Amino acid sequence: MFLANKKTKLSVAALSTLLLLPATYASAMHIMEGYLPLPHCVAWGAVCIPFLIFGGIGMQKQMRGEGKVKILLALSGAFVFILSSLKIPSVTGSCSHPTGTGLGAILFGPSVMSILGIIVLLFQALLLAHGGLTTLGANTFSMAIAGPFVSFGIFKLMKKLKAPSGLAVFLAATIGDLFTYCVTSAQLALAFPDQGFFASLIKFMGIFAPTQLPIAMAEGLLSVIIFNILEKNCRTELTALGVIKKEA
Amino acid sequence: MKLWIKNTILAVLLVLIIAVPLLFKGGSEFGGSDGEAEEAISEIDENYEPWFESFYEPPSSEIESLFFCIQSAIGAGIVGFALGRITSKKNKEEKA
Repeated sequence: MFLANKKTKLSVAALSTLLLLPATYASAMHIMEGYLPLPHCVAWGAVCIPFLIFGGIGMQKQMRGEGKVKILLALSGAFVFILSSLKIPSVTGSCSHPTGTGLGAILFGPSVMSILGIIVLLFQALLLAHGGLTTLGANTFSMAIAGPFVSFGIFKLMKKLKAPSGLAVFLAATIGDLFTYCVTSAQLALAFPDQGFFASLIKFMGIFAPTQLPIAMAEGLLSVIIFNILEKNCRTELTALGVIKKEA
Repeated sequence: MKLWIKNTILAVLLVLIIAVPLLFKGGSEFGGSDGEAEEAISEIDENYEPWFESFYEPPSSEIESLFFCIQSAIGAGIVGFALGRITSKKNKEEKA
């Protein structure tokens, strides 16, 4: 029984990683194929490499994890999978979709999410013409590195300030989602400075930020719902991962 | 507060956030915000031409939505399975 369980867990973890592959980042956020000048593409790609190497090592370590750790990894992956497929209407009258990377970043740290994220981005660029191969580096940096790092940092900060877990998860996921769009705006502004970098930055932020705010909050709420369930049922694993402290 | 009550309240809030724009901005097009970014780029630099094309594009919006549905369905299936595993009573007994 134990063996069968272990096998199932392994295959679920592997499967979910595979399932991230055809993920389709729809409309907003990702910089479209061919829309960044070549030097920018190369530079963003180079910036991502150390994070990805670090993430690969971290991922291997988690796959050897005890108990329900692997199934938590599968859950984090599938969470990104669902959220990235949902194009949600916003108060501005246009649509965007959440990133879903905050929850995984809270559980496993930001570098593991860089691996999950780039797999999603790569296949979506190949199969669905969303994002792109030339802009892969820039998109990986915004969605799979910058966003998760901010989520992770905010979660740790909130825990240090003794905030309740729910609030910490909500703020981490929401702000991480928003920050992804801020980075995208900055990347576009660097490539297309209108009357200077800041004028462009404000222009692109003006497009992304108001649309994204309520959607980011929705992602925050959903992350809290899932986290509440995990907190009740996986105390041992969450403690081992360093997400929550041991009960005194 | 019981967990399911807390989560139900959160879920209702979640639905409200998504439903409000649909109810009160009924006349909007609800297009993607990346399209708007494309427009902004062509405003800044009229002559900019994307220098690379995607290898494959879904042939129609129906096919595209098919991909999206498959993606959500698979993701939801795995999340359901994982949550079931995590919360199962049997698992807890085995551990004890």
